[in-house]
Amino acid sequence: MTPHGRVEPAQADHPARQPRIVAEKVNAYFGTTQALYDVSLTMLDRSVTAIIGPSGCGKSTFLRSINRMHEIVPGSRMTGRILLDGEDIHAMDAVLVRKRIGMVFQKPNPFPTMSIRDNVSAGLTFGGVRNRTVVAEIVEKSLRQAALWDEVKDSLDNSGVSLSGGQQQRLCIARALAVSPEVLLMDEPASALDPISTAKIEELIYELKRTYTIVIVTHNMQQAARVSDQTAFFYMGRLVEFDDTKKIFTAPAKKQTEDYVTGRFG
Amino acid sequence: MTDNRQHRPQTRSLNIGDELFKNLTRFFAALILVLVVLMAYEMAVQSRLTWNKFGLSFLVRSVWDPVQENYGALPFIYGTLVSSFLALLIALPLSIGIAVFLSELAPPWLERPVSFFVELLAGIPSIVYGIWGFFVMVPWIRSAVEPALSSALGSLPLFRGAPYGVGMLSAGIILSIMILPIIASISRDVLRAVPRAQKEAALALGSTRWEATRIAISYARSGILGGAILGLGRALGETMAVTMVIGNRPTISASLFEPGYTMASVLANEFTEATSDMYLSVLIEIALVLFIITIVVNSFARLLVWTVTRRSTQGHT
Ligand SMILES: Nc1ncnc2c1ncn2[C@@H]1O[C@H](COP(=O)(O)OP(=O)(O)OP(=O)(O)O)[C@@H](O)[C@H]1O
Ligand SMILES: [Mg+2]
Repeated sequence: MTPHGRVEPAQADHPARQPRIVAEKVNAYFGTTQALYDVSLTMLDRSVTAIIGPSGCGKSTFLRSINRMHEIVPGSRMTGRILLDGEDIHAMDAVLVRKRIGMVFQKPNPFPTMSIRDNVSAGLTFGGVRNRTVVAEIVEKSLRQAALWDEVKDSLDNSGVSLSGGQQQRLCIARALAVSPEVLLMDEPASALDPISTAKIEELIYELKRTYTIVIVTHNMQQAARVSDQTAFFYMGRLVEFDDTKKIFTAPAKKQTEDYVTGRFG
Repeated sequence: MTDNRQHRPQTRSLNIGDELFKNLTRFFAALILVLVVLMAYEMAVQSRLTWNKFGLSFLVRSVWDPVQENYGALPFIYGTLVSSFLALLIALPLSIGIAVFLSELAPPWLERPVSFFVELLAGIPSIVYGIWGFFVMVPWIRSAVEPALSSALGSLPLFRGAPYGVGMLSAGIILSIMILPIIASISRDVLRAVPRAQKEAALALGSTRWEATRIAISYARSGILGGAILGLGRALGETMAVTMVIGNRPTISASLFEPGYTMASVLANEFTEATSDMYLSVLIEIALVLFIITIVVNSFARLLVWTVTRRSTQGHT
């Protein structure tokens, strides 16, 4: 995969993964309240980075600063740098940044006036892709990737909201994949779902990480442990600890992290 | 019920109040319904003469000759429908533009005064619009708008003929100004009710701000349509302002420059002149037709707005 024509380093069998997104001293504000304090974090190519931490600690805010969604909140502000493949995202067009860095929200948010097919192709339409056969191919491919194709292939013209919650969330994932992003941000993508749908989405993440860089926010410790390669623990707007997931869950360096992952607070 | 009272005596008295209130509101609601039915019934009875003489053909005849007692309602129905739809055609895009500006683009310091001004337009009495229309707008339409339209689009029958000023076009324009506030404010409200998640979903897919706005408009479309139909309902029944600028001639003509007549205007103008029983019954039948059209249009609009607001409070499932 070399989207947007960039050349990527040759892959060895167990390659040392390249940094894909680098956050440097990110501070984020809503008006006068500060939500993030000097967060520096490196997310690696083709890996899953989990962000955990108690409610209100700034996980969503951090995720949303990565694709410049933070700035659409009125009165918001941020300082510091976020690099995508070494390039400062604030020097790029926000629309382009969001095409390269897709996002899946906590609550499924399909477009209710659109069919399943049009939901998936919505992002392509924004990008100006109109060729019917190309669109149809991408729609099928994205729905297959999101493990939804078999369930909806006979009802592509039905409304996107005619699906169950879990199917809607997979539809939103397919919609995000259709624009072929390089990075996928997921903000508690399974928090509103039943265990079976959750399992499907986790499987999906496992599949997707072969081609995408994934950052996932989750409240579910088991989920973080299952799906992620690296885990970042946030507390009160600060990054407390960041390490390999195994390390975070078995031998964290900080007491705070240990208390949180063992369920002693949070 | 008895059990309830034994366990929690104080809820009993509350329940009486609740019941009373519920029944009282029910009573008033029923009263309105009865009134509407009574009105329709009364008009139907009072217009029996016309019904007996012309039957349904009254609706499609276009003669209007009080001397010979020969009547048809078609020119009025035509005038009402054409002027109202023309008004909607002009007002709808403008209103959506205003609503998008107010709900998406305008900074708060600008949004409030503009909103206030738009709502102010709704409060101006219709006679004031009429006077302004007659003395300011009509001369301007006669000297500027109609000549320009006929030189640019004169090949269409719509824009042919002498620029009278008063006529269908003027009626449509004045009506569009009058229904703009209601369409714009309803559209603004339904656009505001669009969940943030919808716009964020669009933006996160790499849409421009305009594309995200289009998603919001599409989400709100049935509410906007409801507002439009409500505006249409208002235009259908509007009387004074239209009477002053439409020309009041019961003809059907393809050109928008030609004078016309509406149901509401003919009622206002000729009610006092209706000396014979037949004449009076004809006017009452026209009132009945207008009554039915407006009720149908308004109910449809309410239904649409209601479905939308219900959906947005429930979220989308
Ligand atoms: N739109 C907003 N306006 C003002 N303050 C906000 C806004 N969104 C978030 N905040 C504040 O920023 C801080 C971080 O919020 P954020 O949503 O990033 O937390 P979170 O870690 O994602 O929490 P959760 O697990 O509950 O989703 C919180 O203190 C919150 O009150
Ligand atoms: Mg959050």
